[in-house]
Formats: sequence, structure tokens, C-alpha cells
Amino acid sequence: MPNTRLTNSDPDHEVPYLARPLHRPGREELQARIPGWGADLDLADRPAVPQEDHVPTGAHWDFPQRQLGPDRERSIEHGMLPPVFGTTVPLHGVSGAVRRFAYDHFSEARTRRWMLLIAGDRIDVAESAVRRLAGRVRARV
Amino acid sequence: MVYQGPYRIGVEEKPMPRIEHPGDAIVRVTLAAICGSDLHLYHGMMPDTRVGSTFGHEFIGVVHEVGSDVRNLKVGDRVMVPFNVYCGSCYFCSRGLFANCHNVNPNATAIGAIYGYSHTCGGYDGGQAEFVRVPFADVGPTLIPDWLEDEDAVLLTDALATGYFGAQLAEIREGDTVAVFGAGPVGLYAARSAWLMGAGRVIVVDRVAERLEKASDFAYAETLDFTEVEDVVMELKRQTDFLGADVAIDAVGAEASGSRLQYITATKLKLQGGSPVALNWAIDAVRKGGTIGVLGAYGPMYSAIRLGDAMNKGLTLRANQCHVKRQWPRLFEHIRSGYLKPNDIVTHRVPLTEIAEAYDMFSAKRDGCIKTLVVPDADAA
Repeated sequence: MPNTRLTNSDPDHEVPYLARPLHRPGREELQARIPGWGADLDLADRPAVPQEDHVPTGAHWDFPQRQLGPDRERSIEHGMLPPVFGTTVPLHGVSGAVRRFAYDHFSEARTRRWMLLIAGDRIDVAESAVRRLAGRVRARV
Repeated sequence: MVYQGPYRIGVEEKPMPRIEHPGDAIVRVTLAAICGSDLHLYHGMMPDTRVGSTFGHEFIGVVHEVGSDVRNLKVGDRVMVPFNVYCGSCYFCSRGLFANCHNVNPNATAIGAIYGYSHTCGGYDGGQAEFVRVPFADVGPTLIPDWLEDEDAVLLTDALATGYFGAQLAEIREGDTVAVFGAGPVGLYAARSAWLMGAGRVIVVDRVAERLEKASDFAYAETLDFTEVEDVVMELKRQTDFLGADVAIDAVGAEASGSRLQYITATKLKLQGGSPVALNWAIDAVRKGGTIGVLGAYGPMYSAIRLGDAMNKGLTLRANQCHVKRQWPRLFEHIRSGYLKPNDIVTHRVPLTEIAEAYDMFSAKRDGCIKTLVVPDADAA
């Protein structure tokens, strides 16, 4: 039988070195203190377990009807333009050209794709500032 | 609201959203919220966040208009809208992975679509507005039950559902010691949810006094202010018999403080997808063989994660955006049973016209701000 006696040990610090179970608060104590303690105790009866699970969605189509719209940038990792998409703030100006270059040339795995998109964001802010300034000048004139 | 650049937002008139697909609805927003993850946009961290975009992925409202193919909703219905935009029929939705829908985000395949969360998340305007376009109205929105208060309903559209989902990701078992990093709204809800799943101890780590106080009062948790200890991992080891927590939850995400190098390279220089300080603390503070649930949001770039420790300790890392609507039936039960009162964490309610000040306050964590609700028609009321 292995010798499990510890030497030079602090009894408070023996837990990881021995197989004995931790002291855990009991169910009654926890139920008295915490409203609803253990209501989802059963791991298999939690709404996201398993995470991949067929659940009704309300969809009444196999493939959604396609949204109509102008030419739109997309990730080259998409085999086609997804059927539904956001339409706010389409690409425009120099920032739009930089962003489109990033989308058209680099997969999502490439760092340069994301760095170009961040660069596009900064150019967008500068272009916006110029537009605002021009608007104020026009308003004064 | 309209994004004007990092740390700058304003309130401007935009064109009324319109039906762009037969499955769309237009919803008049009655209540919205500012999420901690909105700050990543506000700080300019999310690639392809365009000037002129409207944020807001937590909102409820009244159906104003429906497309020709909408069967389940009608004008005048009060609805709560999950933050996920999803089709309900693709490969991933058919497997319950609503957050990973493949039919709604042209700009990226690794990320699903989210209202008001940049073009990287699909380019949809969000609900911090008077009206919003809601695609696939037969799939996402749900009628708000009569017994459910509006403030609780809006918190179910992301924060509470995500916190509850995060506790499930961590696979908590009876008696487990759970370390929650981050005492923002999602962390508070995750801590509270850990008890529902049978936790034996819950320890919440943060540095903001009001939030730690809320972790104690609202989530019944032990608290640890990481600024008061030299080494937060060492302190957690001390408090767990040098074993480590059984599970950990990263409820911080991309803008974690606690390491100047990580913070600057991620949030200032944008050289990382996020500052993974909380995740690294979770990796080192959890016991060998433990599980980490990651619900904090990170950007698409790489982050400097201590993967060697995770591998050598045999950890399980589980992560995703929340599949919100799957959580609702059970959360409805918990709210009706009195186990959860979501709006106990709300600290501020502001009209839409004051949203710029609200973002500034939330970003600076001033005035005890934990959760702010936005009322679009407050000025008219």
C-alpha cells in the first residue's frame, strides 16, 4: 500500500496532494441561502446542452427568398452572397475602396484582411470629418 | 444614435428603415440597452465599423410593419428581439446554432450576424433608435408575455441570456467552485446562474467597487478585487486549497485590464483581437482538467493566449455567442418562480437624446454605472 503520509505539510494545504474529497457546502445550506439553487442541476436538462441540437425555429422555407439589392462586398469564404444582408452605410470613397480590396483578396484567416479593414475605419473617420467641415462651410456660404 | 468615430457618437435623423425582404418586419423600439460589448465598437476596436452606423443589439418594441411573407407577427404586437439575426433554416440554424447562422452575414463566415454590431457582423442597423429593420420576423422575435416587465424583457435579449448560456458553457456540476472574471451585467448574470446549476462556491473577480458590491448582493458571490492583490491567480489558488476553481467563466472579453502590455497592444494599437487577460487568468486559476466558458466578446484577430498552460492542464475551453431564443423558455420559468429578477442590475435610464453622455459614462465606469437602458420616446412621454 502506498505511503500517503505527508511530511512537513500544512493540513490546510493537502488537498491537491491527496485524493480525499473537498469539503463542499451541503444542498440544504445552499438551498436555504440561494433562491433557485440547483433548479438546473441536471446537466442534460439545460437549454443549451447539447449545444448542437435540433430545435424548432419557425422557418417555413428550405432556403430563404433572396433579398434584392445592389452589388455588395462579401467574404471570399462565402461560396455565394447570402440571401439576406444588412444594407446600412454601403461602401463609399477611399475607405470603401480599401475595404473592398480587403474583402475581395483575403480570407478571414489573413491578418492583412483585418488590418486593412481597421485602416479603412480610420480613413472613414477622416473622410467623415472632411464631409462635415465641407457641410459647415456650405451652410455659411 | 449614429457612430461618428472612436469615442464619438451623436443623435441624428436617419431615413426610416424599410422592408427589404418579404420576411422582414419594422419594429418601433420602446426600450433598448447599452451592452458592454457596444463599448468595443465605441472604442473603435471592431474592424469595419462604419461612420453612420447605428448600434444596439438589445431592444424590444412594437411591430410597425410586416413583409408579405411574415405569418407569425402582426402590426401592433409587442415583441422582444434576440440579438442574433438568423434564418432558422441553414446548416447551423437547423442544429440550434442560431448565433452561427450562415445566411445573414456576407462580410464574414466565422461570425454570425448581430444587430448594430459593425459590418463584420453583417451591416445591420441596431435598436438604439426609434425604428429598426428586423429580418426573419417569423424566426427571431417573440411576443412579450403579459406578465413580463419591459425592463426584464429587454435584458433577456442579450445580457441575461448570455450570462445564463455562459454558465452552461462551463458545464457546472453540483458543488463546483466557479470563478467568474468580470462583474459587468453578463458576469453578474453568469454568477447568479451558476447557483441554478448547482455551484458550491461562486467567486467574482473585478476591480470596480460598485460592481463587486452588486456581485455580493445580487449574485450571492464571494468577491475578489484584483487591484488589491499582487497576483490574482495566486490569490484564487489560496482561496481554493491550492487546487484552483473547478470551472471559470470569462465574462470580460476584449478590453480586459490587468496587464498594461496586453491592454495597449489590444485596445490602443489594435494588434490583437482583444486583451485576453481575463482568459489567461481563467486558464491559470482553474484546476487541472477544469472547464472554461468564454462568453466575453473578442474581435476576429489573434490574441496572445496562454495555450500551453491550457493544453498541459488538460482544460476544456467552450465558447460561443449565445443562441438567445433557446434560453428564453427556461429563463421565463426562473423569472416567474422568483429565482431571477433581471432588472435588479439596472442603474441608469436615459432618453435616446442623451445617449452620447450615457456611452461616455459607461465607458468611464462613472456614477456607479452597471447597466443603462435607453428609452427612445422618453422625451415625448
